[in-house]
Formats: sequence, structure tokens, C-alpha cells
Amino acid sequence: MGIFDIIGPVMIGPSSSHTAGAVRIGLFAHRLLGRTPQRASIGLHGSFAATGEGHGTRLALLAGLLGLTPDDEGVPMATALAARSGLDFHFEDIDLGDVHPNSVRIRLASAGAELEVCASSTGGARIEVWSIDGFTTSLDGEFPTLLFVYPDRAGSVAVVSAILASAAINIATMKVHRTSRGGQALMAVQLDEAPSEEVLESMRHLPHFEQVRFIPALGFGG
Amino acid sequence: MRSDREGTLEGCIDAAVEAGSPLSEVFLAREELETGRTREALWELMRTRMAIMRHSLAKGLDSPQRSRSGLIDGEAHRIQRWAEGGGSLLGAGLSRLVASAMAVAEVNACMGRIVAAPTAGSCGVLPAVLFTVADARDVSEDALVRAFFTAGGIGQVIERRATLSGAEGGCQAEVGSASAMAAGALVEMMGGDPAQVGCAVTFALGNVLGLVCDPVQGLVEIPCVKRNALGAVNAVTAAEMALAGCGSVFSSDAVIEAMGKVGRRMPEELRETARGGLAALPLKPLSSPGPAGDQAG
Repeated sequence: MGIFDIIGPVMIGPSSSHTAGAVRIGLFAHRLLGRTPQRASIGLHGSFAATGEGHGTRLALLAGLLGLTPDDEGVPMATALAARSGLDFHFEDIDLGDVHPNSVRIRLASAGAELEVCASSTGGARIEVWSIDGFTTSLDGEFPTLLFVYPDRAGSVAVVSAILASAAINIATMKVHRTSRGGQALMAVQLDEAPSEEVLESMRHLPHFEQVRFIPALGFGG
Repeated sequence: MRSDREGTLEGCIDAAVEAGSPLSEVFLAREELETGRTREALWELMRTRMAIMRHSLAKGLDSPQRSRSGLIDGEAHRIQRWAEGGGSLLGAGLSRLVASAMAVAEVNACMGRIVAAPTAGSCGVLPAVLFTVADARDVSEDALVRAFFTAGGIGQVIERRATLSGAEGGCQAEVGSASAMAAGALVEMMGGDPAQVGCAVTFALGNVLGLVCDPVQGLVEIPCVKRNALGAVNAVTAAEMALAGCGSVFSSDAVIEAMGKVGRRMPEELRETARGGLAALPLKPLSSPGPAGDQAG
């Protein structure tokens, strides 16, 4: 931890896990979708359901879905901001099983695109995104991240790493999960730096990949 | 790479003594090395964080903060007004310190913007201690910024050798750590040497060893806001002991590790789960309406 992890982050209170972490989960989902969703169904698990109200967890998740950062003073006004943005949302208490007590399942829809994200707030505003559209993964949002969905096939990882290598972008972590052999696969690549728009565009034109998404690093605000 | 010596507070203190520099210099140099950022960039970032702290402090003092639960009802503002009306028992400084710590913590509880330092629940201690004394004693901007780096460096050691999390170590790990950070930083700011900084850390943390985390209704409100006041007063007390030349029979690292050990032995009921301590008590309606004519707070 650096000095500014100790004297920081800058955040809207009251809780780094129940408020700041919740904003970051919502923001991750917003950036993964690429815009503010039209509809959001948010399932609160464990401590998020039990003590979320007093900690502003619902406001925090909504604020993130609207694209606000954890230090944005608009966070407490998220309900009004959602109405203004035309975001139709509803919350429910759910049981996600044996997962971290501060967990949430977010289902989003916007102009034909749908997205499901499951994530946990693991303390000190840190998060773990552990499922995207049913694929198991493990992302913390602290790196610029590329996500690829494609039919499982040999050579897919090599294609991506070759483009990154030629752009001289270092891979911090790479994880691949698939539904079954030869089924659908999700490749999540965390990078040391954000790729240029040109590099992203060349990846979006790869024939084999059905979805190519880029999520900038979330940061910790301030 | 960080050697073991630099990973301990006593190692950092020795390095500062050898170099004839303040402890903040050791922490600043290390931060430059590890982040690759320039000293100017680090300095400016700290000043930005300090400005945010100043803002939350003023907000909590100037306007009564009320939480969604109703458990926080503008107490910092009330104390401030009462003190301004001549109520202070030991002079305006102490009242200001207490009100300031509570002000920042109340802004946090009421979904305002704060700097977690080291945590959101303990965010009032450091700004209250450093700003209140700096304002009262006309401390230079340079010394004040340096003090925040000292506080951050002490927090780094505590994070590494014990914990800063209430869920892991109770309130001693949050308000206790904030208090130790503030005590050490205050000693440097007021001209104490690096060894005296270590003593202040030892006194402040040693005084609150065993303090449990027992948030009523699981919220960061009661007793958290008042515990921030405790942490601030404790920090100034520890700093005065150290500046007066009181020595410690313990190494600061050993006391930090003792805090971690106490935390690990603390039952789960007393570590942020809201099942023990004050959190387990029945609540009654707030008793007194306060002094006559002070209904606004």
C-alpha cells in the first residue's frame, strides 16, 4: 500500500466497503456495458441486503451504474439522477450462495444489449468481479481490462497476445474460462496500460471474436 | 525492493536519525522510489487531499449533519456553538479538536465527501489533530504537508505489521491507528525528533489497545463519531508526552504488533459485526434537548 492508499481514497461516506466499493462495482458494470443502462435489476446478497440501506449501498450502486465515481458528491442523489437519465431500476434481496457477504448481482439492459455482472466488495473500496454473463472470472478493475467472448478454439489467446505484443502493451494478468470444451469462452486480459483506439479497433474487427469490450481502470478517486 | 529495516517503524526512525532528516523525508523518498512519481507531484496530491479534508471539516462544523438513520443529529455543530458561547471546560482548543474530529466523521456518516485516513470510519482523527494544532500554533504549510506524509508512512507500517481493518482488529485498528498516525505526525510537525515520533505512536496506540468495534445497527455512526473525538484527544495527549521528553519502554513496532495480536484474539462479536459491546444494547430515546436556546443543533 502506498501513502495515498493510507491517506485515501477520497470517497463519499460512510463505508469503504458498503459505499465506495459499491460505487466501483456499479461503475465497472457501466463501463462494461459502455453506457448508462435503460433498465437495471439489482440483487443484494448478505450484508449488502442487511445493512445496505443505512450505508447508502443502493444509492452507491445506482450512482456507479450512472457512471459516477466513488468521490462524486452526486452519489447521495443517485435516485433522482437515475430518474433524470431514464434509468428504470429495481432492487431485490437475493441469496447468491456461499460468496462474500458484500455481494451483488446486476442485470442490465440497454438498446438490445444485455449484461449480467456478479461482484463482491472485498474491503477498503476494493472489488472482485467474479462472474460476467455467467462466465466465471476474477477482475478487480484496477487495470485497463479487455474482455473477449468467442467460440472456444485453439489459437485464440495467441491472436490477442500477438496484437498486444506488437503494440508493446504488457499483460498484467490473463484468465480464460469456458462453458465447456468447444463451447463459449471468456478471455479477460488486465493490462499495464490502456491500448490506443487504433489497437482496440483492430481487435473489434477480428473475425473469430463475438464480443470485444474494453474497460478503463476504475481508479480510487481524488 | 523494501528491506526489512525499512518495513519497520524503528528502521525508518534510525534511517532518519542517520540522515539527520525528519521522518517524513524517509517516507517521501520511499514513495518517490516506489511510485516513480516526482516529489512535486506527490506534494501536490497531498495538498489536494488536505483541501478535501479541510472542506469536510468546515462542512461538519458549520452545518448540522443529520444521518438517514437519525442517530447522528448535528453533534459536532452543537459542541462548536456551545464552546463559542463560553462553555469550554479547558479552553477553546480542546473543544475545537473534539468538534472537528466529530465534524469530519459526521460528514462521512451522512454521505458527504471525505478522505479515508486510514479508513472512512476513522477519517476525523487526522484532520482534526493536524489542522487544529497547525491553526492554533501558526505552523507553516510546509511542516503541515510533511506531517501528513509522516502520518501516511506510520499507517503503512501498521497496515503491514498489524491491520487497519475494524473487521480484523476492532476499533483499535481503525481509530487506534488513526490516533497513532496523528500523534506521530503531530510530534514531527511541532519540532520533535524521529525518536519522539516513535514514542508518540507507542503511547497513542498503547492507550487504546483492546478497543472494540461495536457499531450500533451496523452503521458508521454510534459510537464511531465519538470515538473519532477520543482518537484525536488521545493523539494530542500522546504527542505532548513525547514532546515533553517522556520515553517509552517499548519499541513502536512491538506495540503495533501487539495491537494486531490483540485484534486476532478479539471475539468476532466485537469486530464490526454489530453483535457485541454497545451494538448489543437496547436503545432509548435521546435524553436531553441540550442547553436552552440551542435547539437548532
